[in-house]
Amino acid sequence: MTLDPDKFTIASALEGLAKKDFTSVELTQASIKAMEAARPLNAMITETPDKALEMAKAADARRAKGEAGLLEGIPLAIKDLFATKGVLTTAASHILDGFKPEYESTATANLWKAGAVMLGKLNLDEFAMGSSNETSYYGPVTNPWRAKDGTKLVPGGSSGGSAAAVSAGFALGATGTDTGGSIRQPASLCGITGIKPTYGRVSRWGIVAFASSLDQAGPMTRTVRDSALMLQAMAGFDPKDSTSVDRPVPDYVANLDGGVKGMRIGIPREYRMDGMDPEIVALWEQGKQWLKEAGAEIVDINLPHTHYALATYYIVAPAEASSNLARYDGVRYGLRVPGKDLTEMYENTRGEGFGREVQRRIMIGTYVLSAGYYDAYYTKAQKVRTLIKKDFEQAFQRVDAILTPTAPNAAFPIGMKNDDPVTMYLNDVFTVPTSLAGLPGMSVPAGLSSGGLPLGLQLIGKPFEESQLLRVGRTLEKAANYTAKPFHWWES
Amino acid sequence: MAEKDYIQGATGPWEIVIGMEVHAQVSSKSKLFSGADTTFGAEPNHQVSLVDAAMPGMLPVINAYCVEQAVRTGLGLKAQINLHSVFDRKNYFYADLPQGYQISQYLQPIVGKGELLLDMPDGSTRTIGITRLHLEQDAGKSLHDQSPRESFIDLNRSGVALMEIVSEPDMRNSEEAGLYLKKLRTIVRYLGTCDGNMDEGSMRADVNVSVRKPGGPLGTRCEIKNVNSVRFVQQAIEYEARRQIEILEDGGKIDQETRLFDTGKGVTRSMRSKEEAHDYRYFPDPDLLPLEFEQSWVDGIKAALPELPDEKKARFIEKLGLSPYDAAVLVAEKESADFYEKVAKGRDGKLAANWVITEYFGLLNKSGQSMEEFVITAEKLGGLIDLISDNTISNRLAKDVFALMVETGKDAATIVEEKGMKQVTDTGAIEKVIDEVMAANQDKVAEYRSGKDKLFGFFVGQTMKASGGKANPAAVNELLKKKLAG
Repeated sequence: MTLDPDKFTIASALEGLAKKDFTSVELTQASIKAMEAARPLNAMITETPDKALEMAKAADARRAKGEAGLLEGIPLAIKDLFATKGVLTTAASHILDGFKPEYESTATANLWKAGAVMLGKLNLDEFAMGSSNETSYYGPVTNPWRAKDGTKLVPGGSSGGSAAAVSAGFALGATGTDTGGSIRQPASLCGITGIKPTYGRVSRWGIVAFASSLDQAGPMTRTVRDSALMLQAMAGFDPKDSTSVDRPVPDYVANLDGGVKGMRIGIPREYRMDGMDPEIVALWEQGKQWLKEAGAEIVDINLPHTHYALATYYIVAPAEASSNLARYDGVRYGLRVPGKDLTEMYENTRGEGFGREVQRRIMIGTYVLSAGYYDAYYTKAQKVRTLIKKDFEQAFQRVDAILTPTAPNAAFPIGMKNDDPVTMYLNDVFTVPTSLAGLPGMSVPAGLSSGGLPLGLQLIGKPFEESQLLRVGRTLEKAANYTAKPFHWWES
Repeated sequence: MAEKDYIQGATGPWEIVIGMEVHAQVSSKSKLFSGADTTFGAEPNHQVSLVDAAMPGMLPVINAYCVEQAVRTGLGLKAQINLHSVFDRKNYFYADLPQGYQISQYLQPIVGKGELLLDMPDGSTRTIGITRLHLEQDAGKSLHDQSPRESFIDLNRSGVALMEIVSEPDMRNSEEAGLYLKKLRTIVRYLGTCDGNMDEGSMRADVNVSVRKPGGPLGTRCEIKNVNSVRFVQQAIEYEARRQIEILEDGGKIDQETRLFDTGKGVTRSMRSKEEAHDYRYFPDPDLLPLEFEQSWVDGIKAALPELPDEKKARFIEKLGLSPYDAAVLVAEKESADFYEKVAKGRDGKLAANWVITEYFGLLNKSGQSMEEFVITAEKLGGLIDLISDNTISNRLAKDVFALMVETGKDAATIVEEKGMKQVTDTGAIEKVIDEVMAANQDKVAEYRSGKDKLFGFFVGQTMKASGGKANPAAVNELLKKKLAG
């Protein structure tokens, strides 16, 4: 029996496995084959086919014994920011050369506990710093979607490998991490669904840190239901992460089809920015219409400090990153480039080990924390962050969820935005405020651009109200009836 | 400030100003943010968790026990306990600092202002202000002597909980600095929050020293890092003060800098200047939530604190009649104070104090043993004192008995019995001895009776000697006076 993993969602595959239409080993074999065929996309840093088959076999055995977990036998790919025991973990950086952790991140351990199967480790922007997956030491990822003229496009970032793998169809789902939009923006650019949960919902333990007060892991899948399933497995309190929140994980799937009747959906005026792509504006309008037709009330709201979000983010995130990345010093693991003394060894190792974007952010972060600049930058940014949080708190007294575009544009050509980092940073303009406020946000594919490329809409929810958020997402998904898939040019 | 504390320079007297930052290791089984063991002396890198080695994606989790010990120490220093405090990252690169930052507390420490009383040798006390106490991680250790070409790193200490206790610049000479360190050690040992073992590095001091003309503005200070004994602290201060005075009197100025104390040469040496000082880029650690306490929790800890040295000392003075000096000596170590209390129980407090301080400590030190090992228990010493109190033996004879107790391990009563050392209080027997002495010294008796009063002592001595030291001195005095009077 020849299986095409691209034909499945996690939910439908679970059904097939339950009905014994196929085994996890068969599904996994088909996924491995598709993964190998998709190598031109450069979505993977490490493929682990042997491990995948071993896990699939074990999953089949558990299922046979009637002990199937929530994701029993489902092949997933893991962003290479999650530590995976005994498997190369790189953060797409030269500086982690040869690093095989002795430990498994809590989020992935939770997935394996639920019976999922690991296909391998996904490419990403180096240390998750980027919006196009072009900063990876392992080379850029190519979006499965191409421009009409065949131009190769970026998948977005930093979870570009994750989005590409799910969009290309070889992984039924992937893990992502989101610091300022790294799940939502690539999901939008690749035409898939992704949710960044509330800060504290998924443990950060064992995930290579970028900006600790913002980092949050989440699922990237083909459907809202699949995201609900995966999040169900990933989420939960972890005593090893002090910022993890101790509250029960609700059943995300149960009320998925409950609809939005009577809900109030906020439309923030400030997200209507000057010079915005009319296609994006039109899609946003369409989204409003869909939710209205489904019985929601559309409410105009204000998030007055939105304009400062990007600047705030590019102070807070680099500040934390400059400190988080200090541990990569060539002393204990990863790359070491010798020097005549300790200082020179540091300089050589970090100079060669980190790429340009990572170095840029370390320098920005070091600068904003320096004596004499600290108050003007870091302290001010923390204050603005509080104001941004308050904006949302006030808005959520009036509405149940907020609808915005996910990204200001569709996927763009590889290399196009590399000259000016600020242009690149602007890709996160709609996603960053949510991250600063620690709120859950998701991107749902909603349509195609005139260039035939996927576009997503973002939904923002109240803290720990992922259930409700997923329900709105599911409503949007149904209304949009998005079924477009990229042509598998890499297979021909 | 007494004039005698000034240092005489060529241009007149100078005053030393000293403040101290003491790093005290919390006595905890595991580290401040990881479960790794903290036992001293393990094989290098055998007590290192993934967190301590700063592996990618590892996160710190606060050790609640260490937090409680910091609060207890703060209460022991009569300090303000901050119900809200924050952990910050202190960023700098060093090979034995795996994270590239130390988790510490900067603007919002767990403990605020407090005070510590110095027990001065003359029995008076002096108050030294405590600025703050905060919790922080220790770094690892660089081993530079294992290979000619490389340095090795031992991370066993990495992440161990330290309390940094900062004093006000309230000390004025090396003696006070020594007393401060000793008193701080006494307090943490009473509390059990730090073992205070400076030779194992459980307590280290950074000493800030400056000099000024008496009453003048504060001078520029130098910080002498990581001094690990009371003696070295005092030597470092003496040297550093004279060095600074010499520079100033030669018309130079002091550079604010960090210095190291060379224990071999007894000098301080520049480590790094102010220009080379790190910009630590402190910011709140986003991996950790602020520490939040309820006042009731702090109150509960306060209520359960043991009696601390100052209170114990006051009680010894008030209830047991000791001099401030004796009381201070006894409470300096909890073990000594406990021993003394056992000895003094139901006995004369002052007599017990004299015996513990002079005789017991004397022979204990000579033995080179610990109090626990030493053959004299509180019960045995108490038994000896009982024999003095009930006039069975004289105080003088008791010293001989005590020496025999140490030698043989037998108790006082047994020794007195076996050696027939019982004091003679039978007046008839004493009179007989006196008669014999007087008969043998008739010339002296005549001299005494003709007014040479000083000879009384001679007769006492002779009588005691003739009785083998066993005659009760009071009875001897009384009877002699009567008989010599004729």
